[in-house]
Amino acid sequence: MASPNDLQFQEFEEAADLLAADPGAPTLSMSASNPPTTTAGAAAAGEDVKLDLSEDEDAHEESSELLGGQKASGGFWTFEYYQSFFNVDTIQVLDRLKGSVMPLPGRNFIKHYLRNNPDLYGPFWICVTLVFSVAISGNLSNFIRGMEDPDYHYRPQFHRVTIAVVVIFMYAWLVPIGLWGFLTWRQGAERQMGAYSFLETVCVYGYSLFIYIPTSLYFFEAEDHPASPATTTPPPHPTVTVAVKPH
Amino acid sequence: MAAMDEASRSFAGLSEVSISEDIPVEGDISVPAAPSRTDEEFSTLDEPVKETILRDLRAVGKKFVHVLYPKRSSALLRDWDLWGPLLLCVALALLLQGGATDKNNQGGPQFAEVFVIVWFGSIIITVNSKLLGGTLSFFQSLCVLGYCILPLTVAMVVCRIVLISGTGTVTSIIRLVVVTASFGWSTFASTAFLANSQPPNRKALVVYPVFLFYFVIGWMVLTFTPAEKEH
Repeated sequence: MASPNDLQFQEFEEAADLLAADPGAPTLSMSASNPPTTTAGAAAAGEDVKLDLSEDEDAHEESSELLGGQKASGGFWTFEYYQSFFNVDTIQVLDRLKGSVMPLPGRNFIKHYLRNNPDLYGPFWICVTLVFSVAISGNLSNFIRGMEDPDYHYRPQFHRVTIAVVVIFMYAWLVPIGLWGFLTWRQGAERQMGAYSFLETVCVYGYSLFIYIPTSLYFFEAEDHPASPATTTPPPHPTVTVAVKPH
Repeated sequence: MAAMDEASRSFAGLSEVSISEDIPVEGDISVPAAPSRTDEEFSTLDEPVKETILRDLRAVGKKFVHVLYPKRSSALLRDWDLWGPLLLCVALALLLQGGATDKNNQGGPQFAEVFVIVWFGSIIITVNSKLLGGTLSFFQSLCVLGYCILPLTVAMVVCRIVLISGTGTVTSIIRLVVVTASFGWSTFASTAFLANSQPPNRKALVVYPVFLFYFVIGWMVLTFTPAEKEH
């Protein structure tokens, strides 16, 4: 039977041609390690968009380029658009946190953990946790100093929370914007390498801030060296140093 | 075009169906409340104001009891209201006033800061749980989160009473125990209401922000230090 074999051979050729034309196109790999979420089907449909010949192909390609291959359902005014950024399970988030704490050489965080499914849950809640852990540990170091020194009166300095919120959220958004802009500008020269999408950059940066949470809780040293805030935190991170320094 | 013609033809039959006599269509588009409200609507104008206020206060009180003894009941979810959370938030913010300040007048959280943390925190947690695929409505979540602040408000009252006797190590330990217990109670009560509405593989993702929210409020309660009377 020649015809079924011919059909099969044709399909493979078409996919191979598309892949040769644009090697950076997102391809779906049906490996066993893909987490079987219910929305994996939707993601797969989104990544197959480039092989479809649908009517609004332009809109699909535009949105998939913006989000690195993940199809954004609806415009930015619909709820589903934002729901696509929170498409993660508990296990995936924990895996990404582990990957951010232990960066093994040769393992690309974006390719290995994000796998074209960047999320905003991790970056947002890591920033919020960092804000409160910085403010609370600064408070605690004051409290411990108060216990040593009877003349020192303890005050809960709540204004640290407002300062920490502004600084940390600006840092977590402005730096990825700058980085993404720079990478896209440099990538414009050569079209072979696919640049990382904006969402992936924000996601990587958000998860990379996770390591500061355990280190900001290291307030025990403050009582020994009240004048040198640098000893209370590891390699100087400007926001953490400012907030933890006891008065 | 042919497809559109065919579609309109198949729908054409529906326009001849009259639904007014055969199927009585009635309903109530008002905000979720007990169905008996429609009967009372004609008489609430005549009843004394005290009755109206007491009815709402009784509903709020009933929900307080549900929070203090969290069973798997859905009373908090069915008849949600935001009076309870508002009362609790105002009470907590007022109790956190009068704290000690340093020379720059910086001290504990201001009234507006407590309000912002409680309300914006609840809104962000609700939006987060909806984005992760939760089935509770927006106001139901706000209602649950607001009502579960009750144990922490009670702890604040206890702390202020304990602080009248002065600040020492014993009072600090008592306050720590009380605040930790009420923080655990709040988190347990709210997860008892919220947990069932989440998809099973994302429960921890939804519970963690709730834990953080009550932890921050508990921290504000614990670190309250009264202003000194002398000097």
